[in-house]
Amino acid sequence: MPIDKFVTVQTSFVPMPIENVDTDQIIPARFLKATTKDGFGDNLFYDWRYEKDGSPKADFVLNNPAYSGTVLVAGKNFGSGSSREHAAWAIDGYGFKAVVSSFFADIFRGNSLNNGVLPVQVSEAFLAGLFKAVDADNKAEVKIDLESQTITNVNTGDSEGFEINSYKKNCLMNGYDDIDYLLSLSKEIEAYEAKAVKF
Amino acid sequence: MGKTLFDKIWDSHVVKTIDDGPNVLYIDRHFIHEVTSPQAFGGIKARGSKVARPSQVIATPDHNIPTINQHLTIQDELSRVQVETLKKNCEENGITMYGLNHPYNGIVHVVGPELGITQPGMTIVCGDSHTSTHGAFGSIAFGIGTSEVEMALATQCIMQPKPKSMRINIEGELDKGVASKDIILYIISKITAAGGTGYFVEFAGSAIRSLSMEARMTVCNMSIEMGARGGMIAPDETTFEYIKGREQAPQGVAWDKAVAHWESLVTDADAQFDKELTFDAADIEPMITYGTNPGMGAKVCENIPSLDTIEDSSKNTFQKSMEYMGFEAGDKLEGKQVDYVFVGSCTNGRIEDLRAFCEAVKGKQKAENITAWIVPGSKQVEKQAIEEGLKDQLEAAGFELRQPGCSACLAMNDDKIPAGKYAVATSNRNFEGRQGPGSRTMLASPLTAAAAAVTGVVTDPRTIFNF
Repeated sequence: MPIDKFVTVQTSFVPMPIENVDTDQIIPARFLKATTKDGFGDNLFYDWRYEKDGSPKADFVLNNPAYSGTVLVAGKNFGSGSSREHAAWAIDGYGFKAVVSSFFADIFRGNSLNNGVLPVQVSEAFLAGLFKAVDADNKAEVKIDLESQTITNVNTGDSEGFEINSYKKNCLMNGYDDIDYLLSLSKEIEAYEAKAVKF
Repeated sequence: MGKTLFDKIWDSHVVKTIDDGPNVLYIDRHFIHEVTSPQAFGGIKARGSKVARPSQVIATPDHNIPTINQHLTIQDELSRVQVETLKKNCEENGITMYGLNHPYNGIVHVVGPELGITQPGMTIVCGDSHTSTHGAFGSIAFGIGTSEVEMALATQCIMQPKPKSMRINIEGELDKGVASKDIILYIISKITAAGGTGYFVEFAGSAIRSLSMEARMTVCNMSIEMGARGGMIAPDETTFEYIKGREQAPQGVAWDKAVAHWESLVTDADAQFDKELTFDAADIEPMITYGTNPGMGAKVCENIPSLDTIEDSSKNTFQKSMEYMGFEAGDKLEGKQVDYVFVGSCTNGRIEDLRAFCEAVKGKQKAENITAWIVPGSKQVEKQAIEEGLKDQLEAAGFELRQPGCSACLAMNDDKIPAGKYAVATSNRNFEGRQGPGSRTMLASPLTAAAAAVTGVVTDPRTIFNF
């Protein structure tokens, strides 16, 4: 089943200069009781975003109208912890197309890619440059071009390459899905099983 | 050049290699639970596909289930629907499920090993990051997302880039009162919660070899807490002895054939790792975490690091963590307030953990200020605890044994630590709100949990128990 295609985005961005943002913060466990993928965006960063009574916390960045955009820029080691893909669904559901950080946890990186949300790993210096730009101008923009694998701090003109394997890049650019690909390999999988170690 | 244990198992499970892309990796065993599987079954149905190898899939509800009155219907409606959805999906697809009240129900990472389903040399996945637990048997086991659960259900394969390799050696003898939980908390405190990201870790060295299977599971369980894809320990006599005779272990001639194969599953002497670290077991003491990620740990007898030891770029994050915990940089850990003690989870919810806790508190009483939740990891652990008299011992000391489940580790059921309260927990994560909104978690071993349970404050177990 196709996922959303990713080509290029140029947008203002939401800064979250906090390290080790774990998946329990992205989507707390008590919101994992659904049996569909819908509605997780409403609970994205719930405990940081809302007071106990459900009213928005004014000092949280998603509640600050000064910041907007479809890219989240966060401190290093983003997405650590639980394997819950609900974290990627929440980020996607909220409307983010990409997350930029200087380091991503492995499972989160994979889950994001499988949902068409691009994790863009940048250098510490580039990340600091983005935070600086948005400090100076809330509507500072970032441009992410998947085809050329470059990210640009639009306000400063600084640009940097980022890595993604060519298989996943192709999947994202064309909206391909791994499961369709794996289903096409049934003969190879049966051949593997025939020669595998058995007791 | 020789091969690592990891390479031997990984390479023998690659169905197809994609240039500049992931490997198509064959999965021997796939564990599922109620929380991360419903959308995967939904995806399969929407594609008009079906579960490819139902006999290689094992299900048990664990995350959402209550730990009291399990004979009653689950009270929380969303939880009940999720557990019932798992049952329905398993029935429709011919998957074995150990449901609530089944004698084999329990936390998925406790159930797999105790039934002999987990075996050396296997590839094992589950939509749960603590799947790394099974690596203690010399298997490649790791957590996956729900898209990958769908891949594994639909094709018995997933797409994975091959991770880099790391070996962590712990050499020497562990001191009395030091548990395997302290080893892993120590390692993570040294290399940080992201120190293993991108790597699959083999734990080795004389201190690791000396551990029981259950203690090894505790170490591998928390591999993910340093960011590693998984952790593993080469199988040996301890491993074979543990597996032999378990319900789904190979029997008779098949057993001999299996052991002969398993004995080959070691890292060759000339194999190279991308990274190798060695620690001295003698430097490891009872550990406890003070912050909001598992890398923020220290020896119980030490202080929280002072602010000048924290890198400038991390100071804000550190301060935010201290504010959440209600601590100050440089504070002494011993004597800190404790309100709750939680013993359980896939990290420390096995029979040896309950035995260690019981042995420690024997002849003592639960401190009045402490609410304690002692939660067995499975129905089998619960049964054994009752048969061995542990339940009676606990009750004599003022504790009660609850029913099995993930419980307060992630607080999806009613077992929630209230906002602002401090818990010494034997589980695996101290993230903000992990044990309930506003909860403050300090991770430790069952012995350190026992020490807090009887004194009512953070206490080095060596100062009050005779080992």
